[in-house]
Amino acid sequence: MTAPSPTSPPEIDSSGRLPLFILFGGAAFWLVLSSVFGLLASIKFHGPGFLADSPMLTYGRVYPAWANLLVFGFCIPAGLGVGLWLLARLGRAPLARPWLIAVGAKLWHIGVFVGLLGILSGDSTGHTWLELPRYAAVILFCAFVFIALWAFATHRARADRDLHPSQWFVLAALFWFPWIYSTAILLLEVFPVRGIVQASIAWWFAGNLLGVWLPLVGLAAFCYFVPKLTERPLQSRYLALFAFWTLILFGTWTGIPSGAPLPAWMPTLSGAAAWLMLVPLLTVAVMLVQTISGAKTPCAGGPLCYVKFGTWSLVLSGVLLAVAALPQVSRVTEFTWFNHAENALRIYGFFAMTMFGAAYYILPRVTGAEWPVARFVRGHFWCGVVGTLLLFAPLAIGGVVQGARWLNPEITPVDVSKATLMFLRLSTLGDLLLLLGNLLFLVNVFALIARHCRAMVRVLYADAVAPLEPSEVKP
Amino acid sequence: MKSAALVFLAAFLALSASWGGFVLAPQLQLGRGAQAKALITEDLYPLARPGLARQGLEIYRANGCMYCHTQQVRQEGTHVEIYLTEGGTNAAGVLAALQRLSPALARSETLDSLPVKVVEVEDMVAADRALKTLKDAGGKAETVIVPTGADLARGWGRRRTVAQDFLYDQPVQPGVMRIGPDLANIGLRPYDADWHYRHLYAPASVVENSKMPPYRYLFEKRKAGAEPSPEALKLSGAAAPEDGYEIVPKAEAKALVAYLLNLRAEAPLFESPYTPPPASAPATNAAPTTAAVP
Repeated sequence: MTAPSPTSPPEIDSSGRLPLFILFGGAAFWLVLSSVFGLLASIKFHGPGFLADSPMLTYGRVYPAWANLLVFGFCIPAGLGVGLWLLARLGRAPLARPWLIAVGAKLWHIGVFVGLLGILSGDSTGHTWLELPRYAAVILFCAFVFIALWAFATHRARADRDLHPSQWFVLAALFWFPWIYSTAILLLEVFPVRGIVQASIAWWFAGNLLGVWLPLVGLAAFCYFVPKLTERPLQSRYLALFAFWTLILFGTWTGIPSGAPLPAWMPTLSGAAAWLMLVPLLTVAVMLVQTISGAKTPCAGGPLCYVKFGTWSLVLSGVLLAVAALPQVSRVTEFTWFNHAENALRIYGFFAMTMFGAAYYILPRVTGAEWPVARFVRGHFWCGVVGTLLLFAPLAIGGVVQGARWLNPEITPVDVSKATLMFLRLSTLGDLLLLLGNLLFLVNVFALIARHCRAMVRVLYADAVAPLEPSEVKP
Repeated sequence: MKSAALVFLAAFLALSASWGGFVLAPQLQLGRGAQAKALITEDLYPLARPGLARQGLEIYRANGCMYCHTQQVRQEGTHVEIYLTEGGTNAAGVLAALQRLSPALARSETLDSLPVKVVEVEDMVAADRALKTLKDAGGKAETVIVPTGADLARGWGRRRTVAQDFLYDQPVQPGVMRIGPDLANIGLRPYDADWHYRHLYAPASVVENSKMPPYRYLFEKRKAGAEPSPEALKLSGAAAPEDGYEIVPKAEAKALVAYLLNLRAEAPLFESPYTPPPASAPATNAAPTTAAVP
């Protein structure tokens, strides 16, 4: 098969304009909405009566709305956007059928919207990270497969036959999600298995989604953007290959909590996998240090800052996961805010920040225009960093305090929850800062899209009313 | 790696391994689970939940109770207790045996108030030795296995939660977070339906400083008739409705409370055994305590 001739980068970028607008625009919107739900859930700890009389806004519905909008509303579409762009750019081929990808992206957002309504009206499935009800899950699954097929078609049509490490990560992620999601929907919702096996499958799904899918996409961005932004070669391709293999081999086994009421070999295996996950994560840390050492590029609140912060967050969250897998530690941290803190660091500190960095690099190239409010890029970075730390650190410490108190039977449950209040207050500040940062992102993305659309309309209008050249008139 | 096919192959191998491990294997090991016979009583366990409780599980799911409450009692170990149940005819011998095992009990009054807990040991070998000492002296003794751990000391159950406990739940909601107490055995604890209704309607009115959100939308406020409805909640203080009105549970609240009262995972099983103390013995610390605040 002969390779088609390479397309120039600006042509590739403009080929992805429509789908990327829809993917990132929708993702930015869901992200802000998710932050609003996160803030509501957080405020409920200050006054349990806050918005308690509306069944739609009870804590047990607002909390899953936060989690699912964050992962399904923001992380996955943003990851798909970055993945599509990377496949096109690295393959030197325009995006295949951008219109159809745009339809798939719209379908995805419709699925998220339907799912959100489902959760708020009490249709949650009752499995953590899988709350989106079956009717929404089917839409999401179809949309993902549809987009993944055209992503694969883009990849098939590539002009550059060699694979860049980022492409391995993106392709594996495109394969990973349909498998884990179809297994989870089929065996939990369509033909539900019996008993505790349900919990095992839900934990397997969550482990693969948060422990493998997010790192796959985030590291795809890492392998492309760190060398690109520092203008140095990736150190090195072999380390990337090693990180890729170890990530998919070990990461897929994490997920079963250490005290799960399952046969003991399962949590034990997951605990061992959490420790083995340190291998790919430390490899990534080495790659980051070696690639940027000696680089003269200051990050200055730009994309590179985001990716660097994201990578260190990933490494730290992996260390926490491993530590929390030790039986001596997990007897304290299990069932506490500690796990929530670890998830927040992984999803927000690592994945979202990496995606922001990528989006801040990609979207101006796709539109061919600068960010409308360049200040906001930097502002968003600091809101993101401080917000993540304020969310993560108090909850991690508060989780340990909470866990230690649950272990003392003399302390009543009311006193246990009272002991965590100070930490929850600090984390509410974190939620607030994250909301602010996400709003800056939303404003920038929407302004960019709006400006582009306006310019396009203006060109079309000018074309339409332009006086006819005599040469164009047919005799 | 130079082609997408290799990447897919790698992903396929890695993912199929964990799929086999965490999806297929538990299904083969546990998926066809059936009712088991409880130890001692030989009752079948678990029993399917009655219809109203099953509806209550849906209310529990829809309102996300599991984001604050687990249904997983943890156990850190077990210890073995030896009870002297009968003194037999050789009082002097038994007293000598008691002298060796637990000098404080070696008084003749001890034999008048049997059964009595003689020793508490960590392993079965030591337990067997103590048992033999008592039996050789002519007394009758029983071995009692007591699970231990912080959760059990709180009165949240009598043994750890095991896979069997979830056999009939759809969906299974073991929970991941304890903002409030564990509910695996809430039906065994000394709270009646009335208490649960008041707690759901206004948590702080029954548990001081509770941070649980009120679930007033599960209740209906209506004009009281000449006679108050027998279902009306007996509220006092700030939670009480104004005069002439009463608060009655809606169907959802009734189902939810039926489910909570049905949460009782206490049957001793092969994989998590315990023995109740001999009849008329004082309760051990593992028994639900009435003093505990939820």
